[in-house]
Amino acid sequence: MITKTQQLEPRNWVATHADYLYAYAIARINDEEQAKDLVQETFLAALQKVDKFEGKSSERTWLTAILKYKIIDVYRKKSSGLVVNADVQRAEQEQSDFFEPEYGHWNNEHAPKAFGIDYHDPLVNKEFNSILQKCMQKLPALWLSIFTMKHIDDQSTDVICSELKITQSNFWVIIHRTKLNLRACLQKNWI
Amino acid sequence: MGTLKKIQNNCHKATFLIEKRLIGRITLREKIELWIHLLGCGICRTYQKQTIKISQMIRQLFASANSEKHLDDTFKKDMQDRIENELDKN
Repeated sequence: MITKTQQLEPRNWVATHADYLYAYAIARINDEEQAKDLVQETFLAALQKVDKFEGKSSERTWLTAILKYKIIDVYRKKSSGLVVNADVQRAEQEQSDFFEPEYGHWNNEHAPKAFGIDYHDPLVNKEFNSILQKCMQKLPALWLSIFTMKHIDDQSTDVICSELKITQSNFWVIIHRTKLNLRACLQKNWI
Repeated sequence: MGTLKKIQNNCHKATFLIEKRLIGRITLREKIELWIHLLGCGICRTYQKQTIKISQMIRQLFASANSEKHLDDTFKKDMQDRIENELDKN
């Protein structure tokens, strides 16, 4: 125990890492209460594993890895069950007439039009970001999980597929569908 | 309808290939099909520009969001107490 505590300092965890872990969690699950719980659970789980800490990574990296697993667990839970099918169906419905049924050409009404993001830099624009966040929140839990793991965490496709138990071809269909809905939502709400 | 016409009209497939190419790999055949499609389809060229931009914005959004959220002090104090409790048990 003595050698380990020289590397890990649990009494300083809250002061040093709590805000970081909270921001990390909230960016990925978008639910403040749940994010709080996850941070707390991470610390408690970490306490149980103090003996296993090998000092190969920094304290923060080690804690973040524990949190990451807990987030994937949340994704898994959110994306299994009956409610999920309903939210996927709704999202698929939304894009059912994006393309003409026969050859897959864009339907005029839904065809992408320039809507401002092509010209200027919207990064500074808080309003745009908040619309983007709202559009992401409308995505089905499974789609958002996959999308977040890929774009925010740069997880490999293999890892995502095995963690969330989906096939590779299903993965690509979902990535495509997610972007179609997200882009359409932005075009609709950003005028 | 010939193969060429099918490629030219299939925006559904073209947008799929655009997304797949962005984060993964597509075959040589798919690359050629997409190239032919984009050559003649301004709508999908717009789509491509926008989807690349959206990916960039999302990465940026998450990078900047990290520093804005903070836990409240009461919650932090509770957590601190729980940790101290656990440690004192040993």
